[in-house]
This record gives sequence, C-alpha cells and structure tokens, in this order.
Amino acid sequence: MNVLAEQVFARARCRACWVYAGLVALVVASFWTLDLKWREFLAPDALVTMARFAGEFFPPQMSAPFLFRTGNALLETLAMSALGTLIAALLGIVVALPASKTSADDPALFKPLARFMLNALRSIPELVWAALLLIAAGLGPFPGTLALALHTTGVLGRLFAESLENATPGPAFALRVRGVSELRVFLYATLPQIWPQVVSYTLYRWENNIRAAAVLGVVGAGGLGQMLSYHLALFQMRETSTVLLAMIILVALVDALSYVARQRLSR
Amino acid sequence: MTAVAASYDPAWRGRVGVLLLAAVLLWPALVWTEFKPWEVFDAQSLKSTGRFLRDFVPPRHDPEFLHLMLLQTWRTVAIATDGLVLAFLVAVPLALVSSAQMSISSLSGRMARGPYALRQTARWAAIVLRSIPELVWALLLVRVVGLGPTAGVIAIGITYGGMLGKVYAEILESGEAAGTQALLRNGAGRLQAFFYGTLPQCSTELVGYTVYRWECAIRSSVVLGFVGAGGLGQELDNATKMFAGAEVSAILIIFIALVAIADRMSAWLRKELG
Repeated sequence: MNVLAEQVFARARCRACWVYAGLVALVVASFWTLDLKWREFLAPDALVTMARFAGEFFPPQMSAPFLFRTGNALLETLAMSALGTLIAALLGIVVALPASKTSADDPALFKPLARFMLNALRSIPELVWAALLLIAAGLGPFPGTLALALHTTGVLGRLFAESLENATPGPAFALRVRGVSELRVFLYATLPQIWPQVVSYTLYRWENNIRAAAVLGVVGAGGLGQMLSYHLALFQMRETSTVLLAMIILVALVDALSYVARQRLSR
Repeated sequence: MTAVAASYDPAWRGRVGVLLLAAVLLWPALVWTEFKPWEVFDAQSLKSTGRFLRDFVPPRHDPEFLHLMLLQTWRTVAIATDGLVLAFLVAVPLALVSSAQMSISSLSGRMARGPYALRQTARWAAIVLRSIPELVWALLLVRVVGLGPTAGVIAIGITYGGMLGKVYAEILESGEAAGTQALLRNGAGRLQAFFYGTLPQCSTELVGYTVYRWECAIRSSVVLGFVGAGGLGQELDNATKMFAGAEVSAILIIFIALVAIADRMSAWLRKELG
C-alpha cells in the first residue's frame, strides 16, 4: 500500500517536473527568437537619451486653459466608462437570458449560440473593438463607449448567465404554475434574486472600465488617452506629462475608493 | 378582485422614480460621450462599413499570409512570456522586501521604524508601477527604444511587475505566520525561513496567480501591438487602417483561438502545478 502511494507520488512529481521543463523551454525559446534590443536600451548613451526624454516631462503644463481641457477629457473618460458599463449591463442581461437554462423544462435552444457570442465579445479586448469601430463611428468618445460596451457585455453576460442558472427555481416556478407570463416571472421572481450579483458585478466592471477608458483613446477613441497620444505625437512633452498625471490620479482615486468600499462592505 | 387589480405593482411609484432619476443623471454622460448612434447609420458611413464587412468573408488564407500570421502569433506569445519573466524578476524582490512575515524585529513587539519604512516603500513602489497601464509605458518606450518587441516586453515587465509584487506580498502575508516565525526565532536566516516556512504553504496560490497573469499578458501583448510593439496587434492595426477586411477577420479568428487556447492552457497548468 505504502509502496503504491509512493509510486503514485513519484509519478505525480515527475509530471510536474516535465511541465516545469516545458515552461523553461518556452521562456528560453521566447528570449531566443525575439530580437530584443537590450543593448540599445541599457547602453550608456541610451540611458542619457532616456534621461533627457524623462527630463522633457518637467515641469508639467499647468496653465489654466490646458488644465480645463484635461479636466474635460477626464470627465469624458468617466462618462465613457459609466455609459459603456450601463449599456453592457442591459445588453448583458438580454443575452444572458437565452444563454442560460433557467428551469428544468427550459429547452435553452439558443444556449450554445448565445454563449459563443458572449465568448467572442469577451475575448476581443476593448482597444481592438475601438480600433474596429472607428471605421463605422468615426473618431471620438462614441466608438470608445461602444467598444467598452461590447467587451463588457461579453464579460457581464457570462457572469449574469451563471447567476441566472444558480438562482433558486422555486419562486419562478410558483408564479409560472399560476400562468404568469414569462416576462413577469423574470421581473418579479428571477431578477430580484440575482439583483445583488448584477449590481456588484456591474460595479466591479465599471471600476475596470474606468482604467480601460483612460487608455482606450490611444487609437483615437476619446478621453484622456486620445489627448495623450495627440500630444505625444506632437512631442509636446509637458502637455503629455499633465495628461499622464491626470490618468495616474484617476486610476489611484478609483483604486482607493474601491479599496475603501471593499473594506466597508466586508466588515 | 379584477384582473387589473391583480396585476398592479404596489412599488411602481418608487421604480419609476428611480428610473427617472437615473435618466436625469445619465443625460450629461450622453452629451459628454457624443452619443449619437444615428451617425453610424448615415449613408456614407454605412457604405464604408458595409464594404469593410463584406470583405470579412472569406478570411484571407493563402499560405504566405498564414505563415506570417503563425510567426506573429508566436511573437505575441513570446512578448507576453518575456514580459512576464521580467515582471517576475521585478516582483520577487519587491514581495520579499514588503512581506511583514520576514520581519525579525516584529518577532518581539512592534516592527522597528527603519524596516517598517523600507517595507512601506517597497509596497508603494509596487502600487506605483502597477498604476500606469502597460499601454502607456509601451507608448512612451516606443519613443526610446524604437518600434518592436522590446518596448512591449519592458512595458509588460513594469506594470505586471507591480501587480505580481503586490499580489505576491498579499499571498505571502495571508499564510500562517507561526512556522516562519518559529524558524526565525530559532536562528534561521530570512531566506531559509522563507523557503521552508512561508513558501510551501503559498506555492500553489503563487503559481496559480502567475499563470493567470501569463494569460492576461497574452491578451495585453496583442493590444500593445497597436502602439507599435509588434506581433498580432500590429498586423491587426495595419490591416484595419488599410480597410483590409479579409485580413482583419482572419486575424480576429486567430486571436480568438489564441485566447481560447491560452485559457485552456492556463487552466490545465494550474491543475497540473497545483
């Protein structure tokens, strides 16, 4: 008995060794094949260039009109993230309904299709969506909002579908046997049950989306990111530095608020 | 009771009120984001979108293109892997320095002031590194090291270094401190105490989180391609700018497949190494 256990243990250990060996091979191959320019990055004159580059960021542009524009871009970023998340929450519930099997006699015909759609929406990052949507919606915050909405729909839809399947079927069944219509069953039995999860998932994604919205503009989709890439492209380093500061402050504020909220809620 | 009374919702006033309030709050957001969906449907925009989308089918699949894509997919994975290795090298010292379990002075009463300051500095360093998105680092680094994977690798290394450092430290501190402290009290060195006291309890969680971040890094390295860090993202960016629908759809399919495979791989690795 003991010998057998030892053999199983030894085999399991060796499996892990092979996996680790594979990972090491992956890392070596990755470094081997990429033409990384460490020399250009770490050579003394490169360091001097970099120091000069960093020096150009100081002092940040702090004139009143520029600060006003940065503040506007910051509000735009916030609005993009809020609206994008809201649209995503609504669409997420709409797609989550066909993507879940809510009761035993629910045929869930469209489940594979809806799940596939959610996965596709989710696996394409916001920034890629934004780059694609620029073709249809032009430059500005609107394609950015849509991009956030599409990616987040994928994420939230999947989470909502899981909440729907985990909801207790009792209340819905009680209404259904009385002949209440499906819409009302959802509104008065299922939705109230999953509501706390819907709210907390949505808030969590909003937090992520504020961070995402800040950089989304790099491809031209509005907010702080668009200002950043604009001034960086014109080599206006002092302006760039102000925008960067605004971004860092925004992210830090969101982090701090969410930390405080979490502490409050978990106490 | 009539049918009308039976379908009456006693809370409708509150619900409608909340919805109205939400609509009022939403209004500025709609203005700020220039939310004009109808512009998407004007004739000119529809024409260009239509042409772009018609090109999607069939996706481009000649051998030459597929060979290039294979190469770029590998580069995307390699950028993510190298970036994560760099991040690991940044994160390990940060986590070791900031973990309070390694403190010798706190074995007897409060932690001494110097080590406390050092730990807080390391903790803040991790938070600062992580608070600037990797895309911004890449954007800046492309100016310094030029176009190519180097900027992407360093960008992932910096941001993920901060993330890993912060989370590693949290995981190390969440473990039971008794074993580590007993070792430290009996004169073990800090590294000995770490390897024999702390690490064995936390290794599964540490490996799991690292593998999860590797998966995130792959997604992120595609995005970094958009600012010129090479790989699939750069190809996608070029194809989009040239309105090459067939190429865009091919790259999107490859990308979705890559993410799905990375997802499976990471789940499998976590199971295998856990």
